[in-house]
Amino acid sequence: MNKVPNRKAICDVLMEKAKTDKDIVVLCSDSRGSASLAPFFVAFPEQSVEVGIAEQDLVGISAGLASAGKKPFAASPACFLSTRSYEQCKVDVAYSRTNVKLIGISGGISYGALGMSHHSAQDIAAMSAIPNMRVYLPSDRFQTAKLIEALLEDQQGAYIRVGRNPVEDVYTEDNCPFEMDKATVVTEGTDVTIVACGEMVYPAKQAAELLAKEGISAEVLDMYCVKPLDKEAIIKSASKTKAVIAVEEHSPFGGLGSMVAQVVGENCPKRVICMALPDAPVITGTSKEVFDYYGLNAEGIAAKAKEAIQA
Amino acid sequence: MANLKAMSFDFRKDVVDMIMSGKGGHIGGDMSILDCLIELYYEQMNVSPENWGDPNRDRFVMSKGHSVEALYTVLGHRGFFSLDECIATFSKFGSPYIGHPNNKIPGIEMNSGSLGHGLPVAVGMALAGRMDKRDYRVYVAMGDGELAEGSVWEGFMSGGHYKLDNLCAILDINNLQISGTTEEVMNHTNIVNQVADFGWHVIECDGHDFASLKAAFDEAKATKGLPSCVILHTTKGYGAKIMENKAGWHHHLPNEEEYKEIVEELMARKEAALNE
Ligand SMILES: Cc1ncc(C[n+]2csc(CCOP(=O)(O)OP(=O)(O)O)c2C)c(N)n1
Ligand SMILES: [Mg+2]
Repeated sequence: MNKVPNRKAICDVLMEKAKTDKDIVVLCSDSRGSASLAPFFVAFPEQSVEVGIAEQDLVGISAGLASAGKKPFAASPACFLSTRSYEQCKVDVAYSRTNVKLIGISGGISYGALGMSHHSAQDIAAMSAIPNMRVYLPSDRFQTAKLIEALLEDQQGAYIRVGRNPVEDVYTEDNCPFEMDKATVVTEGTDVTIVACGEMVYPAKQAAELLAKEGISAEVLDMYCVKPLDKEAIIKSASKTKAVIAVEEHSPFGGLGSMVAQVVGENCPKRVICMALPDAPVITGTSKEVFDYYGLNAEGIAAKAKEAIQA
Repeated sequence: MANLKAMSFDFRKDVVDMIMSGKGGHIGGDMSILDCLIELYYEQMNVSPENWGDPNRDRFVMSKGHSVEALYTVLGHRGFFSLDECIATFSKFGSPYIGHPNNKIPGIEMNSGSLGHGLPVAVGMALAGRMDKRDYRVYVAMGDGELAEGSVWEGFMSGGHYKLDNLCAILDINNLQISGTTEEVMNHTNIVNQVADFGWHVIECDGHDFASLKAAFDEAKATKGLPSCVILHTTKGYGAKIMENKAGWHHHLPNEEEYKEIVEELMARKEAALNE
């Protein structure tokens, strides 16, 4: 069982790069502990900014820093970053084209029993709907590190959502294929396509293993780049399989599933099943309890995949 | 008076039991706001299970929603719901008693958890009371770290602008937030003047002294023509030394040893209060 959460992987990359790149600035809103960024604040006090519990200020200050040539990483719980400071993200980051990397931590339903105020099941839809904004949901710690390294190389704003808990590794240290803005084919297959992002990639991979035992060949795409969506990868896979399953830790509206359905519908029409959280405050529980309850686990995904290709 | 003080330590034990049961909670802020909640629900506010739902009831909004364990404890003792059931199921799978206020639970007016929402909502409730010529009062509790949210100051502005004397803002000044002291994280140079400048009558009190609390809320009630803000000087984690004034105890889950130590000290302080 991996013990390193993706947020820690982000801190590790930033700590390494900040040694030589003095333009990297990390900003937190009383969130450095939950962001695993406390070590950065200790090691690089000159490159750290604390704004207090003020997410609008957080993103506004980041945009100002970026416009003056800095490379700000603003880290705050995804629920607040994607709603409280939404207008700053839209106007000051995306519209003004400032190079702010918005790190949404404890995303989705990571905060479990803390309730809907702390869940960000709308962030993919909200952020994706903003022109110029890019949206990334890396699946494991290795991919998270590669993504952050790639994002350090570009000059454009982006929203990155990671979860709170450590997630099982999808890849390994030596084998983590990564091409910026291209989906990773985790498992190749021919009967059914499973497109997943973030924490749902691992159960999707497990589902493919379950399906393989029953003689069903599933292709799993890790769509960490929700926007810009890797349409070619979806079309290529969906063109050879019988049906498509999209899985995400998000509301059923406007997220990965909606986007996948659009692409498949336009280019290679066939059945698409969107697996997501319900359009309701989710049941009280830990992430695992909640995922299990709504069937967002290997068994649930495998069952839907079977249903999809039989229909 | 001595009774409320003694009672407050029993209530603190309930808070700790709830957090142990749910394996998490915001213990520090619970302990700093608890005495204020007891004063409000036992001495000040016209709200009870009997008049819950009556449009004339007084309203309380927990803007620092993470201190929900303290609120559940006081509401449970006041009979809004079974405290035993709340403690047993807190934060567990399928429980209605989640880690922030939710108005599916009797006694809770508004859902919160995201800081900086309570004051504007309370302004709305107070405005409605004025529009409908009802004489209820509205109370809203905020943390000192929470004061960094701009929406808090928009609420101070509108409350002052509309001279809502049926509105009472409460600031739990425990000088701590998650990342450290409020002074180092985001300082408020002079909170008394800052709030007063927005057109509020500001009253300071000792947030753990029931006579001081009573005097402050009585004065707020008697203040006409402008809203009041009661500033509570409190100790985060109040009740046991190991959790007092420590940023790390914002949401620390006590281990078994710490639990025992806390309960022992709470009971000792209760005895002392009874003998006072
Ligand atoms: C909008 C928003 N940002 C961040 C948080 C996360 N958070 C929960 S409690 C807390 C610290 C609160 O400090 P303070 O207001 O001083 O409360 P207290 O000390 O009374 O616990 C933070 C940052 C939140 N709940 N809401
Ligand atoms: Mg505080």
